[in-house]
Amino acid sequence: MAKTYTAPPTFYKTFERKDGNQETTHYCPGCGHGHIHKYIAEALHDFGLQDRAIVISPVGCSVFAYYYIDAGNVQVAHGRSPAVATGLKRANPDAIVVGYQGDGDLAAIGGNEILQAANRGENYTVFFINNAIYGMTGGQMAPTTLLGQRTTSSPGGRQAAGMGFPIPITEMLALLQGVTYAARGTIANPAWIGRTKAMLKRSFELQIAGAGFSIVEVLSTCPVGWGLTPAAAMEHVTNDVVLTYPPGVIVDRTKAAADAAAASRAAAAAAESSGTAGPAGGS
Amino acid sequence: MEQKLIKANEAVVKAAILAGCRSFYGYPITPASELTEAAANLMPKIGGTFVQAESETAAINMVFGAASAGELTMTASSGPGLSLMQEGISYLAGAELPCVIADIMRGGPGLGNIGPEQGDYNQMVKGGGHGNYHTIVYAPAYAQEMCDFTLKAFAAAQAYRTPAILLADGFVGQMMEPVRFPETAFEPPKPDWAVRGDAATRKNLITSIYMSHEDLERHNRKLMAKYARAAAALPEHREYLLEDAEIMLVGYGIVGRVLRSVVDLARREGIKAGLFRPVTLWPFPEAALGAAAARAKKILVVELSDGQLVHDVRLAASCRLPIGYYGRQGGMVPTPIEILEVLRGTRKEHHLYG
Repeated sequence: MAKTYTAPPTFYKTFERKDGNQETTHYCPGCGHGHIHKYIAEALHDFGLQDRAIVISPVGCSVFAYYYIDAGNVQVAHGRSPAVATGLKRANPDAIVVGYQGDGDLAAIGGNEILQAANRGENYTVFFINNAIYGMTGGQMAPTTLLGQRTTSSPGGRQAAGMGFPIPITEMLALLQGVTYAARGTIANPAWIGRTKAMLKRSFELQIAGAGFSIVEVLSTCPVGWGLTPAAAMEHVTNDVVLTYPPGVIVDRTKAAADAAAASRAAAAAAESSGTAGPAGGS
Repeated sequence: MEQKLIKANEAVVKAAILAGCRSFYGYPITPASELTEAAANLMPKIGGTFVQAESETAAINMVFGAASAGELTMTASSGPGLSLMQEGISYLAGAELPCVIADIMRGGPGLGNIGPEQGDYNQMVKGGGHGNYHTIVYAPAYAQEMCDFTLKAFAAAQAYRTPAILLADGFVGQMMEPVRFPETAFEPPKPDWAVRGDAATRKNLITSIYMSHEDLERHNRKLMAKYARAAAALPEHREYLLEDAEIMLVGYGIVGRVLRSVVDLARREGIKAGLFRPVTLWPFPEAALGAAAARAKKILVVELSDGQLVHDVRLAASCRLPIGYYGRQGGMVPTPIEILEVLRGTRKEHHLYG
């Protein structure tokens, strides 16, 4: 029996766009952002988080994520999403804070912000959209651009010498003890879409439980920036991009995070009953 | 009200908490580190947040996040750190987010040194970030004013939904003086425009992007109207023996205190000097300075910088009388005698360009 897809109530029915464009996204054909927005909206709805969620729109093509996701929205400077998330979440620990960052945003200009927020174990969720290119500014090389990939700023193809290697930033972040969950999925084929959605949900579950920092990298597409048709772009991810960025769960410290949280609660309770405020004691 | 002997930098953090501030995001730098240390000590005790950020860039963006959530928040640094924060300040101004930023100025440019200077005047008063915006700038000269003006800065930041700056030189920040703190504290506000992650604020959006050219112009004109209201309501200055002064001395921060001594010394010699000390640097107390300039015969602007304040004084005085400039830099602070010699004519004024 045919199943009809209905968008969740967390996804706006019409978009705040110029006349005549209210029912289409501003994304190019074959772009992954629209899919990922929808999967996030679905997950927020499934967990009943619409009123608690704050989505942080980045700089890049997804700067207007707030056109689509019906939740609290904050739009921030290029790369600074993890720092803004820190302030948002610390001010309102009950809020569900969702970072949404592209590869240039997260792995280049905001490299230190994501590294340090991850290391602090900030209790929020990052969706890292890796399409290996700067889409909005016209298809320049990103830190995640594949070796040999032609972009408008690497017209002869990216060479390791002088341009560096594609940065496996999620694997790098996964090394940090503060990271509870790091995974990589993709929207490029149906088999992986299901697994990627499960990763998104897992990261929300962890934030709800206060389990700490989680990041889900999503390998996405930029057909226009890559010079490919939408279908060819999906195949390129499925066949080629995954060789540099293999999908799967990279680290899952859920148990360690739960143990640490329990130990911290026990220490606080012990300190309270013995009347000391910590190692220094007294006030 | 009890007086407490306290370092001026620490007084800022105590005053911030009394103003309703509940988070501080900082990065160490001399001569502003005491603010970060005081916040690390005090914020957890009142259930507030302290985070030592990885950089001033991160600190100001954490402030952006907390302010987006409607929390009163602040950060503090010195010149090199404020340079890094300019990006965030522009975004805060564009998104109309209130916060307070303390700049305890040190010597520059570049790494300069950790001596007291006022070389950040243009950066902080004229808006060092990109685009069309102003910040509200208060210039304390005493530890007591570090407390009082922090409260004023939080009030102005909220009233105009914009970042407010506390601009002090390292001399003022580092001194210990008795301070009377207010006995009542402000409750942290819960503004209706914030994004708190609840049903009431779900439809709110904090942003500084306006894709349509018409929309951005409208937004900028709205900001201009707001700044015009601030310019009408906020200008403040302090004066000393200005009424009959023939020579008006103009200076802020530690210089204002030195100039007060100069006025007394000069009057003993029959030189009718008076002091005009701006308290708000933006909006500049133009009208008051203009009125005083109409009565004086000469102005001498003294600053710990290379002739930055003097331009605002010239504009306010409409160039109706001779305006001299005497500046020390690099951590050097002029003595009262040194400036008295300038008034006597036995020491030369400085020239702006050579």
